[in-house]
Amino acid sequence: MDYEALRFIWWLLIGVLLIGFVVTDGFDMGVAALLKVLGKSNDERRVMINTIAPHWDGNQVWLITAGGALFAAWPTVYAASFSGFYIALMLTLFALFLRPIGFEYRAKIDNEQWRSRWDWALTAGSAIPALIFGVAFGNLLQGVPFYFDDILRLHYTGSFWALLNPFALLAGVLSLLMIVNHGATYLQLKTEAELKTRSEKLSVVLALICAVIFVLAGVWLFLAVDGYSVTSIIDTNGANRTTDKTVLISAGAWFSNYAKWPLLWLAPALGVAGFLICALASKTQRHITAFISSSLAIAMVVLTAGISMFPFVMPSSTTPAHSLTMWDATASETTLMIMFVVACIFVPLILAYTAWSYFVMRGRLNEQHIRDNSHSLY
Amino acid sequence: MDIVDLSRLQFAFTAMIHFLFVPLTLGMAFLLAIMESVYVMTGKTIYRDMTKFWGKLFGINFALGVTTGIAMEFQFGTNWSYYSHYVGDIFGAPLAIEALMAFFLESTLIGLFFFGWDRLSKEKHLAVTWLMALASNLSALWILVANGWMQHPVGSVFNIDTMRMELTSFSEVIFNPVAQVKFVHTVSAGYVTGAVFVLAISSWYLLKGRDLPFARRSFAIASAFGLASALSVIVLGDESGYEIGDVQKVKLAAVEAEWHTHPAPAAFTVFGVPNEQTQTTDYALKIPAVLGLIATRSVTEEVAGISELKEKHLERIIRGQEAYVLMTQYRAGDKSAATINRFNEVSADLGYGMLLTAYTDDVANATAEHIAQAVEDSVPKVWPLFWSFRIMVACGVAMLVLFAAAFWHSAKRTVDKPRWLLKFALFSLPLPWIACEAGWFVAEYGRQPWAIGEILPTHLAVSQLSVSDIWFSLGAIVVLYTIFVIIEMWLMTKYARLGPSSLHTGKYDLESPATVKEA
Repeated sequence: MDYEALRFIWWLLIGVLLIGFVVTDGFDMGVAALLKVLGKSNDERRVMINTIAPHWDGNQVWLITAGGALFAAWPTVYAASFSGFYIALMLTLFALFLRPIGFEYRAKIDNEQWRSRWDWALTAGSAIPALIFGVAFGNLLQGVPFYFDDILRLHYTGSFWALLNPFALLAGVLSLLMIVNHGATYLQLKTEAELKTRSEKLSVVLALICAVIFVLAGVWLFLAVDGYSVTSIIDTNGANRTTDKTVLISAGAWFSNYAKWPLLWLAPALGVAGFLICALASKTQRHITAFISSSLAIAMVVLTAGISMFPFVMPSSTTPAHSLTMWDATASETTLMIMFVVACIFVPLILAYTAWSYFVMRGRLNEQHIRDNSHSLY
Repeated sequence: MDIVDLSRLQFAFTAMIHFLFVPLTLGMAFLLAIMESVYVMTGKTIYRDMTKFWGKLFGINFALGVTTGIAMEFQFGTNWSYYSHYVGDIFGAPLAIEALMAFFLESTLIGLFFFGWDRLSKEKHLAVTWLMALASNLSALWILVANGWMQHPVGSVFNIDTMRMELTSFSEVIFNPVAQVKFVHTVSAGYVTGAVFVLAISSWYLLKGRDLPFARRSFAIASAFGLASALSVIVLGDESGYEIGDVQKVKLAAVEAEWHTHPAPAAFTVFGVPNEQTQTTDYALKIPAVLGLIATRSVTEEVAGISELKEKHLERIIRGQEAYVLMTQYRAGDKSAATINRFNEVSADLGYGMLLTAYTDDVANATAEHIAQAVEDSVPKVWPLFWSFRIMVACGVAMLVLFAAAFWHSAKRTVDKPRWLLKFALFSLPLPWIACEAGWFVAEYGRQPWAIGEILPTHLAVSQLSVSDIWFSLGAIVVLYTIFVIIEMWLMTKYARLGPSSLHTGKYDLESPATVKEA
């Protein structure tokens, strides 16, 4: 396998990890974000929390792994994106802080006020990251202001407030709503009676809104967001020359991959179809279909963003030549190869024991079950 | 304070808080596995209750370990972006492998540990607990492989085109001797922490005369596990790693306040007051030959002193200055064979040349004064290392004595343990944390001025952020962590006081209606 192939594989693998994150951690974030919306009583909220209690921690490791893989496979991208989006990342971090302790400590004291506060903490801890990740993608699509100096130190010249532009906010809203919808489809699978009915009703509405926003964002991207294209030849088999290339900013450039390979239109099309099927399945109480179509839809949303930008991963709006692409911002061939082997061994294992843990904890939960096991459940 | 000081402060704060929770997780995970094994083998439900009760305390601790752990992984990118770029090719791999191989397993199984009691057979649940314990230790292995590489970077080479370090041998990185000794030393310290925790709280129940069968059994398991672990921490201590690399030599010299190289074998300074001005240790109490034996395992090798190491650093900084200048020329377009050849000759000292960038932007024309300053700062301050090392060792010895006494009384099957022993155990509760934090400080402060030993100075490794950005994040983290730690300590105390009654089995002391309602 040559360097070029490894670089492409790692673009796919980072995509797999991000999709693994939104599909798995996505539903538990969605459930937590809905605590105060769908849960009308402490017992109902406990049902909601306990549907995800055994799994959220494992799910969150998809995010940790995506971060670690970014560090190992695309060190410069990891460095540039995490330090460039500093304040946004810190806010995400503070929100994420609230989740492990929220889940664990909420149950430890039986007091209305204590539990209500932790409910809000869990809601914030889950909704804020979902929103910010969307905003970050919205900004990546528009390019981010940064450059490298002569020893390749990164200098970010934008501000936090500039990240909150209309297109990015739309992407943030899409991200938040699709995660919340995903949580609602999981609740359809795992709860009974009232709670299940409320989740179905919510999913019908949310999935339709997500489909509309996703299409709207695509149109906006086509009409008003300039894309990037590399106009020099990148040696895809050679050492990174991150700053030695020429890049053109032009309207419609984010659609050039679709023009070249029309089959790629399948990704956004399946994304829209997934949301629509999800709405329909929730309406007709086909819970498994609703959850799977929601998973498909959010996976396709992530993939669509990746394909549109390919081969870019972090374009620079102020010094386009310094943009980071998946060809020239990667780890060395040796590291990519080692990490590829490691991923080949462990990703299937992870999927296997994760599936087993869901199998062990299968079945719907109700309020009676919570009351009967009040001291051992969350 | 500038961005370097603030970034360091933030990293130190987040790492030290994270390290309050990690050792207890490492140790408790195995203690839980041992208790549950006894349950499965004997079928006595008291051991299942022990697993569940200590598991509750484990969970309270684990939650904050996860919370503060996320910050650690994000921070390399957010606050140390040049570091991430410069060494990510090597350093990122163990972190990613840690997540794939260990953290995934641990985090998935912890859900089954807590919620799978009624859904899994006894044997399967036991397997889950053991795998969880194993995974937490595997986590530590990969993190310490990464950390060991910061102390003693092996298996990598500088690539002038990509302007970073690149991996040449992954097996050298894994089998880095510094990483290996760090791993055994750190996980053993974790086991000691878990053992002291269980021993101290059990002793408190024994002192209060409550839940006696439960407390005696916990006490016995903790004392045996603790004695073995305390011996291993001390025997497998860090010393064997000190022979390798200049950073470790500097650290050793600073820890021992070895101002000058003395004829072999070197004496060990038990106590004294290090004096930076006179470069001597006042009121030193020395034992002849012991340091030479510990550090070099011989009576003929010398232990390098600080002033001799500084002389070596001066030479390396001058060569490094040349390497830095050649590197700049090359990157500006001078790719002549002469430049490349000469650069390759001196490139091993490039990191030392980079030290100069802290004092001047114009490395080529650095003055003798700049160079002298760089030499002066090439060795960390002595007194913080000297004292934190001694605090760590003193705590370690005290805990060894505690476990020896506790194990003696457990082995004798004394029904009523002497009260002095129970009090000793109870008041020893903070010792493992003090030792762990002091040990962490010795390892990381002792690495200064380097982020990666002899490769990348700390001051260059930071992200180019604004001071106000870091003040914001640091301030918020301090406030949040303080709140979290207060809540954690409060819950921990509350549940430790409730004891096994918090399981609501109806079999334990304190299960009056008033307390049943509380938990």
